[in-house]
Amino acid sequence: MSPVRLPITPSQTVGPFLAIGLPWPDGPFVVPPGTAGAITITGQVIDGAGQPVPDAMVETWQADEDGRFDHPEDPRGAAKPRTEGFRGFGRCATDVNGSYRFVTVKPGSLPAPDGGLEAPHLDVSVFSRGLLDRVVTRIYFADEAAANAADPVLASVDDDRRATLIAVGDPAGQPGEYQFDIRLRGDSETVFFDV
Amino acid sequence: MIQPYERPAGVHPPLDFPAYKSTQLRAPLRKLVPLPHGLTELTGPVHGWDPVTAADADLTTRHAGEPLGERIIVTGRVLDSDGRPVPDTLIEVWQANAAGRYAHRVDDHPAPLDPNFDGAGRCLTDASGRYRFVTIKPGAYPWGNHHNAWRPAHIHFSLFGRAFTQRLITQMYFPNDPLFPFDPIFNSVPDPKARQRMVASFEMDLTEPEWALAYTWDIVLRGREATVFEEG
Repeated sequence: MSPVRLPITPSQTVGPFLAIGLPWPDGPFVVPPGTAGAITITGQVIDGAGQPVPDAMVETWQADEDGRFDHPEDPRGAAKPRTEGFRGFGRCATDVNGSYRFVTVKPGSLPAPDGGLEAPHLDVSVFSRGLLDRVVTRIYFADEAAANAADPVLASVDDDRRATLIAVGDPAGQPGEYQFDIRLRGDSETVFFDV
Repeated sequence: MIQPYERPAGVHPPLDFPAYKSTQLRAPLRKLVPLPHGLTELTGPVHGWDPVTAADADLTTRHAGEPLGERIIVTGRVLDSDGRPVPDTLIEVWQANAAGRYAHRVDDHPAPLDPNFDGAGRCLTDASGRYRFVTIKPGAYPWGNHHNAWRPAHIHFSLFGRAFTQRLITQMYFPNDPLFPFDPIFNSVPDPKARQRMVASFEMDLTEPEWALAYTWDIVLRGREATVFEEG
């Protein structure tokens, strides 16, 4: 390998008009509408004053139900997903209430870099006016308590902040309907990661 | 073990940057938690599902008439910091029209909308990481950040690369813009040399006579962390 390193291009904010270029009509559908066994993840993006953020975009990236990626970097080999039409990727602009919603399947556990297993999770990027770079978080699932307890990333987070990374079942909803709010700033700020 | 991607230091803007007012309600204040690069970070969407056509890369031919303004070609390569081209990767762009007005209901700048310009485009890089858009040069526009605040002309660029870690959204600027010293977003990048990497170059050789001026802009995404061997 050549030791030559090209300096990288800096990030800039998406600004207030990302809706012109980024949302896709089918972006929130990580699996096609009507997929058997699909789950929904719904939430709000909230600012430091407790107000909804109506001009953000949330993106997700995740393994399939078997914890595999249809991608050449998966050392187990790129795997065709079990669920027809599974993309792994979701994109949803927030609405006037700061709300977003994804339709997907719950990912499986997958190998952690230093051994062990990572609990089922989605990687999340949030972009908006006022964010000069994306912020990155993870969505875990409250009904995966045993896997979460063994997850090395959750273990690296302070006890009193870990709950900000865990989607909970919607008490008013059906099984498979999860709620995950993203608090950008303030007392109950979501844990964001340095990737 | 697969080699992780580098963590760039001092290139991206700090999130908490008071000169850009909107950061003050939205930028997290708590320290970011380091995330080891596992399989979710080393992989990423590769977009085979939605066909991108050549017409998507020409922002001037999407309506009944031609947009007003200075027709330009914007072209360049997407590379990673190891110098490798990034082929077949989706690039999405959006921008204001020639008068500095976005085709968006929230933009209340009293400049004309252009019925022949919506300002959105996309393309895939070719096998050598090259991309090419045809558009019109966006105008500068005022914004409410501070008294007499104006954004230098820019085009928003969204890139995926091959891995979650490589995701980048940025802005391309035009050379010698007199507004650079006054723009907190441009100047949020700490290193002046890194700021210049957001500025395209005018390229006479790529202009098309009697038709369009041309700018080139290469985009460099994160590469793999250098190994001890490489550093030695």
